[in-house]
Amino acid sequence: MSGRVLVGVKRVIDYAVKIRVKPDRTGVVTDGVKHSMNPFCEIAVEEAVKLKEKKLVKEVVAVSCGPQQVQETIRTALAMGADRGIHVEVSGKDYETLGPLQVSKIFAALAKKEQADLIILGKQAIDDDCNQTGQMTAALLDWPQGTFASEVSFEADKLKVVREIDGGLETIKINLPAVVTADLRLNTPRYATLPNIMKAKKKKIANVKPADLGVDVCSRLEVLKVDEPPQRQAGVKVETVEDLVGKLKEAGRV
Amino acid sequence: MGIFQRFARLPLKSRYIWCLSSQYSTDLTAVDRALIVRSSQLIQHRCVHSRGLGASPGNPGAAPPRLPFSRVTHEDLAFFRTLLPGRTITDPDLLKSSNVDWLKTVEGNSEVLLRPKTTEEVSQILRYCNERNLAVCPQGGNTGLVGGSVPVFDEIILSTSLMNQVITFDNISGILTCQAGCVLENLSNYLEEKDFIMPLDLGAKGSCHIGGNVSTNAGGLRLLRYGSLRGTVLGLEVVLADGRILNCLATLRKDNTGYDLKQLFIGSEGTLGVITAVSILCPRKPKAVNVAFLGCSSFQQLLETFQCCRGMLGEILSAFEFLDASCMSLLEKHLKLTNPITESPFYIVIETAGSNAAHDEEKLHKFLEEVMTSSLVTDGTVATEATKIKALWSLRERVTEALTHEGYTYKYDISLPVEKIYDLVQDMRGHLGDRAKNVVGYGHVGDGNLHLNITSPSKDPALLAAIEPYVYEWTSKWKGSISAEHGLGLKKRNYIYYSKPSEAVALMGSIKAMLDPKGILNPYKTLPDNIH
Repeated sequence: MSGRVLVGVKRVIDYAVKIRVKPDRTGVVTDGVKHSMNPFCEIAVEEAVKLKEKKLVKEVVAVSCGPQQVQETIRTALAMGADRGIHVEVSGKDYETLGPLQVSKIFAALAKKEQADLIILGKQAIDDDCNQTGQMTAALLDWPQGTFASEVSFEADKLKVVREIDGGLETIKINLPAVVTADLRLNTPRYATLPNIMKAKKKKIANVKPADLGVDVCSRLEVLKVDEPPQRQAGVKVETVEDLVGKLKEAGRV
Repeated sequence: MGIFQRFARLPLKSRYIWCLSSQYSTDLTAVDRALIVRSSQLIQHRCVHSRGLGASPGNPGAAPPRLPFSRVTHEDLAFFRTLLPGRTITDPDLLKSSNVDWLKTVEGNSEVLLRPKTTEEVSQILRYCNERNLAVCPQGGNTGLVGGSVPVFDEIILSTSLMNQVITFDNISGILTCQAGCVLENLSNYLEEKDFIMPLDLGAKGSCHIGGNVSTNAGGLRLLRYGSLRGTVLGLEVVLADGRILNCLATLRKDNTGYDLKQLFIGSEGTLGVITAVSILCPRKPKAVNVAFLGCSSFQQLLETFQCCRGMLGEILSAFEFLDASCMSLLEKHLKLTNPITESPFYIVIETAGSNAAHDEEKLHKFLEEVMTSSLVTDGTVATEATKIKALWSLRERVTEALTHEGYTYKYDISLPVEKIYDLVQDMRGHLGDRAKNVVGYGHVGDGNLHLNITSPSKDPALLAAIEPYVYEWTSKWKGSISAEHGLGLKKRNYIYYSKPSEAVALMGSIKAMLDPKGILNPYKTLPDNIH
């Protein structure tokens, strides 16, 4: 048991930003737009750091795949308490088509290389809403998975995970090593305080290429087009109940 | 028990006022009349330095008796209904919220609320009201904190809520022209799409109207960087008391042709004219905004941090605000907000705004390293993402809201020399002791502006008497302003002499008499009662 946790952090468009579709409808505008760490990834980092503070794990490694800018995201994870970072360099066209399948292959390869005992990821990213990376990673490694976790605890050498499911909460016990994906109510991420931000500057971020891990990032998916959702039509105000009934009849609703 | 015995218990000045009311004049004895003469002599003698007639020494903010304006008749309503069909509100339920101020401390009895859409309609309303001698209370977003935005008696409420159109925007000069009823936040959103921002920002942005902001010369959180409305407002369209439309809606940065009339109306709190349109210079939206939330263990260190900040962040600094530990505990208690850093006696919110994220972050990090290593700051956090920035700002912006949950709030908006700011808070704590539930200080420390707030579970005249005039005398001693940005409104009108000499106030009275001879525009506000 190495006591090492890998945490995936994704750099996404900040959720408060208004999204604009590119004029050529091939994607959304990302240039000059504010980016930040995916909120579910923040929760994942917070959980990993909490486990380390409870001395249940020994080292937290933050991993991100993408161009130079993702180093910012890794630094934020370091400022929250991760020990070191790994930047998997993917840029240009490869980055545009990077999806859950390739990322999960990268994570699987890294997990083996780093001999990780636990992988914690956000349940989904707020840009693609795929909710696939955690599950695929577990499948590739043939590890058990505790997804949509709202509570994680160690019981002897197993992991107890309370999952948020449609019908309520499901509690499962899984063997380690395992993959856990974080849901909203798992924890409230801490603010990175100044002393930690200063310390984070000195922590190491290693650079790795997908090829070094034996992973082919070529995508088998092609985005055909991206459109805005249909504009919401204005409502119609009426003066009396009779008018309302009349309008509903006109629209064939009554 | 005659009138006289009850009469004798009233404070001297109130007795004078009591007598003005004609109902009681027949009951006066010779002794009473002598008293009146004596007290009026006293008052006239002390007129210049008195705290004003009409209000008792125990409650100078209270309204004077109703001035002899006309009352609204059916003919008047018919006129308004013809002029503004469907926009003449007389339903008492609908009127309720416009009759009460945001703090729920002042309530009027207006029976008519008018909602014009155009300047022409405002002009016709005022021309009519001037002829009929009907008092008018102009009202924007009703977020004022000195009781200036609601009627005192039955003044007609003139609301700008339907005058919410943007007229033009020039994206080369950044000059925005819009009607006075545009909500500040809506203007910010409109400008954001065009890569600009409004030069002012305040906690009330979701409700306040730009016309109201201009008539109170609102300060806000960005004054440190972009200056006051006196510099950013380029032109105004104002309707005068007699209905004349004064069109000074220039869109020029520089225009030195004659007296700058718009400056009269900025900050006049609706007493000299009703602002119907504004042209304002808007800055470009900064590409990079960072917010740092820091903790300091003493006010002295806070001031030194400010010095350091000015030196190292100077050109990118856009806000420097503070709050004390009492504010933080109220935020945690009532609004369930979390303190992002370790508990400290003082907290600072610093915002930087610049054109290059990488440069700004470097400057900010150097500054933070400096203040941390020199122990000026004990803890802190930084945010660059919009959601986190909003969360950090809410710790400063929502203090006012948190205070409303503590019962009755006594608000003081004071300008002082920066070093003296917290001395007032500590002095007040000592002076009031157990009588007050909370004594908190927060505000625009970068501008030398303190928001001193004192709470008690319910309105307490004894506490009020202990606070006022102590707080104003303290302010006057250090040559500060008794109302830095909130204005005078109803509540502080009689305190004007603590910050302005009598000659100045007398001249203000002359200007008011010239522009509004019948005094129909927002009566009982801004100027002291003894000006008449």
